[in-house]
Amino acid sequence: MAARQAECSRPAEPVGLAKATSPLLPLAELPNARLPTLKASLFVTCLVDQFFPEVGESVVTVLRRLGVEVDFPQGQTCCGQPAFNSGFRSQAKANAERFLDLFQDSEYVVTPSGSCASMLKVFYPELLHDAPALQERADDLSRRTYEFSQFLVHILGLTDVGAAYDGTVTYHASCHLLRELEVTKEPLLLIEEVKGARFVPLDGTNECCGFGGAFSVKYPEISAAILEDKLRNIEATGADALVACDSGCLMHIAGAMSRRGMKTRPLHLAQLLAREGNHGG
Amino acid sequence: MEVKTQRFRRASAQALADDSLQSAMGRAIGHFDQARQAAIEELTPELWERYRQRGQEIKSHTIENLDYYLGLLAWRVEGNGGTVHFATDTREATDIVLDLARTRGVKSVVKSKSMLSEEMDLNSALESQDIEPVETDLGEYIIQLAGETPFHIIAPAMHKSKEEVSELFFDKLRTPRLTEIEEMAAAARQALRQKFLDADMGVTGVNFAVAETGTIVIVTNEGNGRMCTSLPRIHVALMGMEKVVPALEDMAVMLRLLPRAATGQRITSYVTFVSGPRRRSDEDGPDEFHLVIMDNNRSKLLADPELREALNCIRCGACLNTCPVYQKVGGHAYGYVYPGPIGAVITPVMVGLPKAKDLPFASSLCGACREVCPIKINIPRMLLKLRGDLAEGGRGQRKVSWWERALVRAWAITVRSERSLAWTRGIASLLQRPFVSGGRMRRIPFPPFSRWTRNRDFPGLAPRSFHQQWEKELKDRPSPTPPPSVRKRE
Repeated sequence: MAARQAECSRPAEPVGLAKATSPLLPLAELPNARLPTLKASLFVTCLVDQFFPEVGESVVTVLRRLGVEVDFPQGQTCCGQPAFNSGFRSQAKANAERFLDLFQDSEYVVTPSGSCASMLKVFYPELLHDAPALQERADDLSRRTYEFSQFLVHILGLTDVGAAYDGTVTYHASCHLLRELEVTKEPLLLIEEVKGARFVPLDGTNECCGFGGAFSVKYPEISAAILEDKLRNIEATGADALVACDSGCLMHIAGAMSRRGMKTRPLHLAQLLAREGNHGG
Repeated sequence: MEVKTQRFRRASAQALADDSLQSAMGRAIGHFDQARQAAIEELTPELWERYRQRGQEIKSHTIENLDYYLGLLAWRVEGNGGTVHFATDTREATDIVLDLARTRGVKSVVKSKSMLSEEMDLNSALESQDIEPVETDLGEYIIQLAGETPFHIIAPAMHKSKEEVSELFFDKLRTPRLTEIEEMAAAARQALRQKFLDADMGVTGVNFAVAETGTIVIVTNEGNGRMCTSLPRIHVALMGMEKVVPALEDMAVMLRLLPRAATGQRITSYVTFVSGPRRRSDEDGPDEFHLVIMDNNRSKLLADPELREALNCIRCGACLNTCPVYQKVGGHAYGYVYPGPIGAVITPVMVGLPKAKDLPFASSLCGACREVCPIKINIPRMLLKLRGDLAEGGRGQRKVSWWERALVRAWAITVRSERSLAWTRGIASLLQRPFVSGGRMRRIPFPPFSRWTRNRDFPGLAPRSFHQQWEKELKDRPSPTPPPSVRKRE
């Protein structure tokens, strides 16, 4: 046990929660009594819905394990980010208005994607700034929306969620998660508490993987060249699993990893945290 | 400068295929980016944040009151005995310089680095009048000898390897084949010394112009800028109209931000403050000092509240060094004076959006540029704004292709409701059948997917969507009891 702990590589500085850089409520100010009755609506994201439903299932598993009541507003499709990033703002506005209605009554909205969370939290209020009534609702939705790791650490106040994984794990920090939501340490805190998981830092973890949504097909050569650096760094870690908080980045990186038969497997943070095992911890 | 922004696609593909360019560029850019990070660590990130904040306040305040500060600057410069010229565009600015040269019998010009003169294509204009322009910044000198344009706004010859420079000097300066960088610098210095002494006019850029004192500030590392401002009898300084700052004390902030962000230096080897021509009590300095303040569509940036922030840029180049796209395609691919993320914002406004329609899309929107910007300029937001103009803007601005429009339209119909999404999913799962094996597709023969599968596998649709899974199974699955290890912290 002691040996395993020594192997477990931790972030360079002591990462108390106060150090987490998210502009959210400090843990101490959150009323304990609310924990068992928390209700969260899952915004699963269109990528997870269509391609990676197991990620959505993992989110549900983890949240329920932690006593959160989860519901899934059925009308949800896409938040409009593809249109927004391509300049089709009026289209994105239509999507935003749908989402404002869909999640009107949700206590919390939780989503397993830094970039989709950014769309709701950061870009909806900007997109709707010329319609005051809508903007007010967008601001309100923004306050209630959390990316998955953000929700666990800041709202539930947990870093140990009872997960176990036997193997080495490295972590890619997704751009929107990092720079729009300023979620830097939360996923690492969660990974650190996974029993049996040995963390290996990824060189250039904060660098883009080259996905960028439509960018990946508009400029496939540039996108692939950027991805090349990421793959080289992942390979150097020799990790069993590459963990990230965004299925877009994971789809991009995994697409190249499977193309060249790399043994590292892509894992969404939710999938890692959903795993339970007998590690005697 | 000749606008080649239309060729971004081809030029970037060529750059990616050029191995020697890739290796030279990789080394140099990595060096700059690491130096910047080290300098910030040394200063402490907390203090850096405070300087950035103050820098942003100074620049935003100045840009919001630009007419006032430009007026004050002009008044002070004239008061110091200098002459101020306002130029609407590059042609007017060029005419001003050529006119000064002609009326004062100028035969040769020494230049210190100026991106504005690149906008003006001043060297060609001078040559057409039989006036010899000589670049005196080492990087610029190399570029001039090679007949190229700058690759990077602060390191113009970044893409040239030592061997290439040696070959160039052998060819153009008739030096022996030199192997050491010091020898090459010495050879350039040797060649330039006489040019300095002979020059009638010195042309320099301007890093900052202080309104309250009528002082221009030039930041260099080679001392060539100081020689250009002091040896020739006429000094012409070229500035974009956004370079003004209100007061001398603002330089205490700007001079901490610029060198650290640009090269990772605490301060550059030379910081030159010039307030007008030689006064009677001065031992040296030029007889005449002229300040040319150029607009060249900067007022279009000023007029647009969503793009105005681009005028806050102090041209440090940090966003270039950190940008994953610039790191791969380099400066020439962008096809105009200003490459990289900030170039993708200001170039379309300077040369016209339709001509530069590819640039705002040449970004993964990763936001690294904004993170490193010493003035905290939100570059991704401005790229989105320009994309908006290209997709939905007025006549002459809409340049997004018909097929992309069609795709977005089709997507919009698909995601209008869960039912239409499920319906499209049904069709797509039929369509994907011939291509899926082992849950993934190695090759999809039609765009846009074919562009993905060139280098990467694409996942097949999951057998069941999450919507279906939730309905059939997850909705009513009983909640487990939390394991004992899950307790609220502390």
